[in-house]
Amino acid sequence: MLSLYAVLIDGAIYASWLFLVAAGLTVIYGVMRILNMAHGSFYAIGAYAAASLVGWYFNNGVGPVWVGYLMMLGCALAAGLVVGLLIERGLLRFMYGRDEVLMVIITYALLLILEDAMKMIWGVNPYFAYQPYAEMGRSVLAGLKVSNYDLMLVGVSLVLGLGLWLWLERTHQGKVLRAVIHDREVALAMGVNVRRVFTLVFVLGTVLGTLAGALTAPAISVAPGIGVEIIVLAFAVVVIGGMGSIEGAALGALLVGLSRAAAVHYAPQFELFVIYGVMALVLAVRPQGLFGRVLARKI
Amino acid sequence: MNNYKKSVSHSRKALPLALAIAMAGIGAGSTGAAVAAENGKFRVGVVTFLSGPAAGPFGEPSANAAKVLVEGLNQGKLPAPYDKLGINGAEIEMVIIDEAGGAAKQVEEFRNLVQRQKVDAVVGYISSGDCLAIAPVAEELGAMTVFYDCGTSQLFSEDKTPQFVFRTSLDAAVDNIGAARYLAKTRPDAVRVGGIQQNYAWGQDSWNDFTLSMAQIMPKSQVVESQMPKVFQGQYGAEISALSVKRPDIIHSSFWGGDMEALVLQANSRGLLEDATAVLTCGESALARYKDQAPNGMIIGGRGPFGAFAPENALNTWFTQAYQSAYKAAPTYPASKMAQAILGLKFAAENAKAEAGTIPAPLEMAKAFKGATFESVSGTVQMARAGGHQAMQGIAYGEYHYDAASKQGSVQNVIAFAGECVTPPDGTTAHDWIKAGFPGAQCN
Repeated sequence: MLSLYAVLIDGAIYASWLFLVAAGLTVIYGVMRILNMAHGSFYAIGAYAAASLVGWYFNNGVGPVWVGYLMMLGCALAAGLVVGLLIERGLLRFMYGRDEVLMVIITYALLLILEDAMKMIWGVNPYFAYQPYAEMGRSVLAGLKVSNYDLMLVGVSLVLGLGLWLWLERTHQGKVLRAVIHDREVALAMGVNVRRVFTLVFVLGTVLGTLAGALTAPAISVAPGIGVEIIVLAFAVVVIGGMGSIEGAALGALLVGLSRAAAVHYAPQFELFVIYGVMALVLAVRPQGLFGRVLARKI
Repeated sequence: MNNYKKSVSHSRKALPLALAIAMAGIGAGSTGAAVAAENGKFRVGVVTFLSGPAAGPFGEPSANAAKVLVEGLNQGKLPAPYDKLGINGAEIEMVIIDEAGGAAKQVEEFRNLVQRQKVDAVVGYISSGDCLAIAPVAEELGAMTVFYDCGTSQLFSEDKTPQFVFRTSLDAAVDNIGAARYLAKTRPDAVRVGGIQQNYAWGQDSWNDFTLSMAQIMPKSQVVESQMPKVFQGQYGAEISALSVKRPDIIHSSFWGGDMEALVLQANSRGLLEDATAVLTCGESALARYKDQAPNGMIIGGRGPFGAFAPENALNTWFTQAYQSAYKAAPTYPASKMAQAILGLKFAAENAKAEAGTIPAPLEMAKAFKGATFESVSGTVQMARAGGHQAMQGIAYGEYHYDAASKQGSVQNVIAFAGECVTPPDGTTAHDWIKAGFPGAQCN
C-alpha cells in the first residue's frame, strides 16, 4: 500500500516538474509554430543564474532565507527577459514565415551557441546551491518522507498552469493570442499586431524555461549538459498532450509522471521505456496528441 | 483558389527532425591543428573531458593535474626519483584534447595525435568505451598509450596480448570488492542492501561486482531493491521513494559527477541517508562540495589510493602543494590518477636505456614499463596484472565527516585493503574470481 501512495506522490511531483519544463515549449509552439530546441538552454541558463546567485547569497550568509527564494525568481525573470528579447529581436524576427524545419535547425544552432556561451560564463565545474531545497525541510505523507520543496513545486505548477489557462481564456490579451493561434493571417487582417504578439509570447516562453531551471537548480548539481538532457523529455510531454496546448502539456506531464513513478516502483527495468511507450501509444490513437487540433493546411 | 486538406499540421515534418537532433545531443569538439613537431621535445597527448557532464568532476581536475605535473617536471621541481628535467632530459610538450564526442571521434583524434601531431605517447581516457576503442588502434600504430582512469574489466580481455597499451588505474571490480570488504569490517550486521546505478555499462557492471562480492563476503546480506535510472537524469524522487519503502541498511551507488551530488542532496533531504548508510564508490570526487548536505558516516571511495586517500609521501606532498597553489583546491582522485599516469610514463621513458636528452622508441618504453614497479603520488605501483600492463594497488574506503566550524569535509575511519586482496589474478575474470570466493586473495 505504501508503494501505491509513493507512486501517487512521486508521480505528482515529477509531473509538476515536467509541466514546468514543458510549459514554455508548448506556449511558443502554439503561437509561433516554432519547435524551439533552445528551450533546453533557457532552462540551463535559469538554473545557472539561480545556482550562482543563490549559492553566493547563502554561502556568504547575507540575509534571511526568504530573500534567497525571491532572488531565485528574480534572476529567472531577469535572465528570461534579457535572453528572450535578445534572441527574438536579434535573430528570430528575421526568420518568421520560414519553413518549420528551418526553424528547428536555427533553434538547434542557438542551443549549441548557448551551451558554449554558458561554458564560457560559468565554466565546467558544477554549481551546488542546495540551501533553498534543504531549508524547507520535509514532511511525512502516508508514511513517506517527502521534501517540502518538492511539494512546493507541485503548488507552483498548479498556480502557473491555472494562471496561464485563465490568461489565455479570460483576458483580452489571451483572446488576441488565441486568434493568432487559430489563424495568423486573419488575425493580422483584423488588425492584430502579430509581431508584437510573437515577441510577447517568445519572451514569456523563455521566462517559463528559465523559471523551470531556477526552480530545479536547488535540487540538482548544475553542470554542463543539463539543458540538453531535458529537451527530449519536454518534447515527449508536449507531443503527448498535443503541440501548443497548455491543458495537453499538463495532462501529458501527469501521464508521464505517474507512469514513470509506477515503473520505478514496480518494474524499474521499464522506467525509461515507459515514457516513450506512453508517447507511442497516445500517438497511435491520436496522432495530433491528446489536446492537439487537426488543422486544415492551406495549399 | 485555396484548397483545404485535412492534415496533422506542418509539425509532422519538423518534429522527427527536432527529436532526432535532441537525441543526438551535443558532440561538438575541436580537432587540434596538425603540427608535426620534431623539435627535440617529448610530445605527450593528454586526452580527458573538457566539455560535457564529466568535465567538471573528472576532466578539469585531470587536465589541471597534467599541467601541474608537466610544468613541475620541465622545471625539475619534483622530488626524487623524478627530479630529472622533463622526460629523460627532454622538455615535455603537452597537447590536450577533449574526450567528448564518442568513441569514433576519439579514434580519429588518436590517429591524428599519433600520425599527424607526432606525439611520443598518449595519456588519457576516462570513458571505458573510449579505452576499448583506442586500445586496438594504439597496438596497430605502435603508439605508447597509458590509460589513466577508465575502469572496464574488459580492457585486457579484449586486448589479450598488449604491447603498447598500459593502464595505471585500477579495474572497476576492485572498487566494489573493496566496498564489500569495508562493509564487512565496519557494518557486519547490515543485511538489507539496496542499490542505485546509472543505467549503462559502468553502473550495471559495478552493481554486478558489488552484489556478487556481498554474496561471498557477507552471505547473510540480501538485495532488497535495485534502481537503474538513466545517466544524467538529475531527479531521483521516485527512486528515493522506492528505496525508502524497502528499508535498506545499505545503499550502494556507483553514481558519479552531478548525478551523485544530486542523489546525495535529495536522498539526504528526504531522510533516506539517516535511515540507511550510503556507499559511494566515486564519492571522494565531491568531498569539498558536500558540505553539510551529506551525513556524517556516509561511506566514500576514491577508486584507489587517490585524492583524499593518497598516502603521505614526498611526491604526494609536492603534488598536493603545487596543485593547491595553482588551483586553490585539493586534488581529487581524478587528479591523482592523471599524475600517476604521467609519472608512470616518465618512469618508462627513463628506464628505456635511451641516451639522456633523446626520446626513446615506443617499443623500448613499453619494454621498460611492462611489469615495472614505480613510485607515485599514491605510493608504490606495481604493473602486476595483464602480463605487466595493468597496475595493481590497494584500495581504501572511509567515512565522510563535516566540520561545521571550518566548513570542511574530511574522510575518517579509513581502511585500506592490499592490492592482492582485491585484484583478480591474471587468467581469470573478475566475475569468476569473485564467484569462486576470491581464491589466492591475500588480505590484511
